[in-house]
Amino acid sequence: MNKLQNLLKGIIKENPVLVLVLGTCPTLAITSSVLNALGMGVAATVVLLCSNMTISALRRVIPDQVRIPCYIVLIAGFVTMVEMVMHAFAPSLYEALGIFLSLIVVNCIILGRAEMYASKHNVLDSAIDAVGMGIGFTLALFVMSSIREIFGNGSWMGLEIPILSDNPISILTLAPGGFFVFGCLIALVNKITKGKAIKKKDFGCAGCPSAKICGKQPSACGEQAAEEKGEDA
Amino acid sequence: MDTLRSFAVILMTSVLVNNYVLSRFLGICPFLGVSKKLNQATGMGAAVIFVMLMATAATWPIQQFLLVPFGLEYMRTIVFILVIAALVQLVEIILKRYIPALHASLGIYLPLITTNCAVLGVTLNNINDGYNFAESMVNSLGVGLGFLLAMVLFAGVRSRLEEANPPKSFEGLPITLVSASIVALSFFGFAGLVDGLFA
Repeated sequence: MNKLQNLLKGIIKENPVLVLVLGTCPTLAITSSVLNALGMGVAATVVLLCSNMTISALRRVIPDQVRIPCYIVLIAGFVTMVEMVMHAFAPSLYEALGIFLSLIVVNCIILGRAEMYASKHNVLDSAIDAVGMGIGFTLALFVMSSIREIFGNGSWMGLEIPILSDNPISILTLAPGGFFVFGCLIALVNKITKGKAIKKKDFGCAGCPSAKICGKQPSACGEQAAEEKGEDA
Repeated sequence: MDTLRSFAVILMTSVLVNNYVLSRFLGICPFLGVSKKLNQATGMGAAVIFVMLMATAATWPIQQFLLVPFGLEYMRTIVFILVIAALVQLVEIILKRYIPALHASLGIYLPLITTNCAVLGVTLNNINDGYNFAESMVNSLGVGLGFLLAMVLFAGVRSRLEEANPPKSFEGLPITLVSASIVALSFFGFAGLVDGLFA
């Protein structure tokens, strides 16, 4: 796979949010306003880029058995840095993102890319992969937050939109609206990419950081994956 | 009486009004992944309650007696996630060795919980909200119960969903999310409940 394809796959074909369905929590929580969504996207991209590059550079040093804890420590370190930088230079964004900024640590996208990609590829490829995935994540957040802010609040990036701001559908900015818009967006992507996108099922367990442990046991996740395979066949 | 009352307020708020899954969007991955069958949903919910209580019991003292006195608050995220990960592993080993029955029912869910953002979320929120130790424990219990409640309710919805016949592109996850939206809507009915009950 050449470098451009590697970059582009994160944006559409393997979009982390809309196709792989990773990192759902921040996607739902942050997207009630476009500016917050962009802030979250950039923060996660920076962490993803740093962690992917470091993990890829250290992939021969980190022992296989303790790799998940090692990844988590590295990621937590980068998240703390991003948190401190944001606290210093963008305090209002820091307040708005609140706890979800710290929770980038347990964002499945970052751990998933470390496990699925960075631990097997060289530094440059991992960096490209991280940028692609980061852009894909940011783009998905941007689209979703635009829908929610324009119709739910009648504004876009804080600018009021004439007619819509008089008749906001405020449920869209609340919790149920988040689930609803997300569901519709995934359905839309399914419709557009019908047959072309890689099936989420193929990634079911591969992206899950606990796959190694859970593969050995008849766990909930294993059973579900087996069921899904059954459905496929 | 006042302490009891504040406990009741915290519990009600975290179970119903601020349900972590349905109104604060924490722990969505297990909520969507493991809610297919009722017994799995209850198993996961019970394991989450267990881990949340353990994690709070471990992280609150660490924050108050280790990080704050030494001015290391900025290390909170790193320390907490490490403590939770280590704790989950430890609990799994202990359960496997000494209480195999409990391990058989909860053990399989434990590894999945390390990366559950609701667990890290509740420990961080306990500190941010300035709860004391007892309040933190009550809050964690409430959040865990709320998670269990949401999982069980949603498992019921999903079993009905299996029979439904949605449009082709809505099949699978999209229709699940849309129904989650309706379940979340029903939880809106609880807003204001706490003010009404304990005013």
